[in-house]
Amino acid sequence: MFDTSELVINMGPQHPSTHGVLRVVLRLDGEKVIDAEVVIGYLHRGIEKLSENRNWTQIILLTDRMDYVAAATNNVGYCETVEKLMQIDVPRRAKYVRTILCELQRIASHCLWVGTHAMDIGAMTVFLYAFRERELILDLFEEFCGARLTYNSMRIGGLPLDIPPGWDKKVLAFCDIMDAKIDEYETLLTHNRIWLERTKGVGVISGAEATGLGMCGPALRGSGVARDVRKDEPYAAYDEMEFEVPVGVAGDTYDRYLVRMEEFRQSLRIIRQATQGIPEGPIVGKVPRLIKPAAGETYHAIESPKGELGYFIVSDGKSTNPYRFRVRPPSFCNLQALPRLVRGHLVADVVALIGSIDIVLGEVDR
Amino acid sequence: MADDPQKPPPPPQAADTPESAPSAAPAAPKPAPPPAPKAAAPAAKPAAPSAEHAPKAAAPTGPVEPAPSADAVVPTFITSLQNGVPGAVVQLSLYLGDWTVIVPVSHLLQAAEHLHHAPECVFDYLSDLTATDWPPRPEGRFDVIYMLYSTRHRHRVRVKVKVAEHTPVPSVTGIWPAANWLEREVFDMFGVNFTGHPDRRRILMPEDWQGYPQRKDYPLEGPGELLMESPIDWLKLRQAREEADIE
Repeated sequence: MFDTSELVINMGPQHPSTHGVLRVVLRLDGEKVIDAEVVIGYLHRGIEKLSENRNWTQIILLTDRMDYVAAATNNVGYCETVEKLMQIDVPRRAKYVRTILCELQRIASHCLWVGTHAMDIGAMTVFLYAFRERELILDLFEEFCGARLTYNSMRIGGLPLDIPPGWDKKVLAFCDIMDAKIDEYETLLTHNRIWLERTKGVGVISGAEATGLGMCGPALRGSGVARDVRKDEPYAAYDEMEFEVPVGVAGDTYDRYLVRMEEFRQSLRIIRQATQGIPEGPIVGKVPRLIKPAAGETYHAIESPKGELGYFIVSDGKSTNPYRFRVRPPSFCNLQALPRLVRGHLVADVVALIGSIDIVLGEVDR
Repeated sequence: MADDPQKPPPPPQAADTPESAPSAAPAAPKPAPPPAPKAAAPAAKPAAPSAEHAPKAAAPTGPVEPAPSADAVVPTFITSLQNGVPGAVVQLSLYLGDWTVIVPVSHLLQAAEHLHHAPECVFDYLSDLTATDWPPRPEGRFDVIYMLYSTRHRHRVRVKVKVAEHTPVPSVTGIWPAANWLEREVFDMFGVNFTGHPDRRRILMPEDWQGYPQRKDYPLEGPGELLMESPIDWLKLRQAREEADIE
């Protein structure tokens, strides 16, 4: 009597909950998603091609523009790759400051994530709270390097400037503030009935499947895979830090949320250790005036707030720009899993799932 | 007498190649014609230019793949691959602690299967899949590179396939589903001919885009009339178009 027909609806590229210019074409049966196609590329600026035509120092600035809510992490990843290629020893002081910056950046990025993710699902308050704390981190960054979003905060071989006097005290004071604030977010969400209904059992993915799909970072750890580049292939000063890698059990949106909430605390723990233990010494290693790595290629990965951020760089040893510059963008690989995650769920859950994998389109499209 | 020539011949260590590579022509710019003169390194070696004036000799013909030194211990996942799939490893390379295995394209799927399943390997995580372009290389211009990681053994390996422009490369999406978008991107940017891919379309560039942007012979400024020597030419062109529109 009644005919069932599929409905194709378009979401984006201008849609408030896509966190940028993401377009998702949904095929619906009633309100249930049968399939989704992700269309990306609206923010493609050709950063890889551009980088092959810039010199090694100028690229640091371009890496800011990929994951623009975690620019310092991108800087660190790139600089460490070039240091590996040139076999430069970075002084311990620089490594410690890098660790602090990376972790502050992780907290800032997670603040933005928890705010927007909760707002997508309907909890408006968390957004205002989380942005309040993110502001404190941006102030710390402003004091360190003068910028609030695109920092250009790293140099090949070390740091551009030493930390300002008294900065470490302010970082520690921030840690004390943040401790209480995380509990505040959790009281708003963790046992909130609406939050549980919207996130539990939504977008369940097993550890093996997530690994196969190339998911990374908290999205992978939510499925119970204890994969963290900071532990597995330590960089900066992470080998001297004590911290735990939280993993989820169920692999749903709620577990991915819990993993990130615990990462807040672990980040604070790392920041405290690193800030209290900053060694004295130089901030830049022995770097030649003209940066020109010998011919060769290397891949180096770090753990950005979104997951494994890798750089694959080939130098031909002759010119002052890289021959090939490739970024392994964590958001791109996580977004690939979205069609798999949304299948069988409701349209409203698509919004929750886009938030749950925490993408930044600047990094997806580069 | 016979002893004297003993010392000149240098031991043909592949690891020396960065130095022994032809160090001619001071960092000549890439073939792409740039409108503004590129800040080409202030002549690192001001000696050579007159002797060999090869215009495009500066374009490198391939990556440096130093062979492992004799005392390097070959990890078990590589020996396992060598034994499990005969003929899969044509060349081994170790640079800065990263192992690279060069595999012929005919053995790619078998090798990938082995690396994924064999108990010594268990490379269950495809970190990255990308390509590099070496246009003048005789054995094929592209390197397709697979960066593998094992979440169980926590080791890494790079697998490299050298292919010519139209050589079909079997898709590894059946082994690592993560390869889906990554192969699409390589196809989009380089035009590598992946076969057996479930959904081979462009991903970042528009669907009707002509050309492959990441190739070395693709101009940085993009194709077509925008590629002008000076901005004045571009303005003239735009003006001419506007006038044509008014008519």
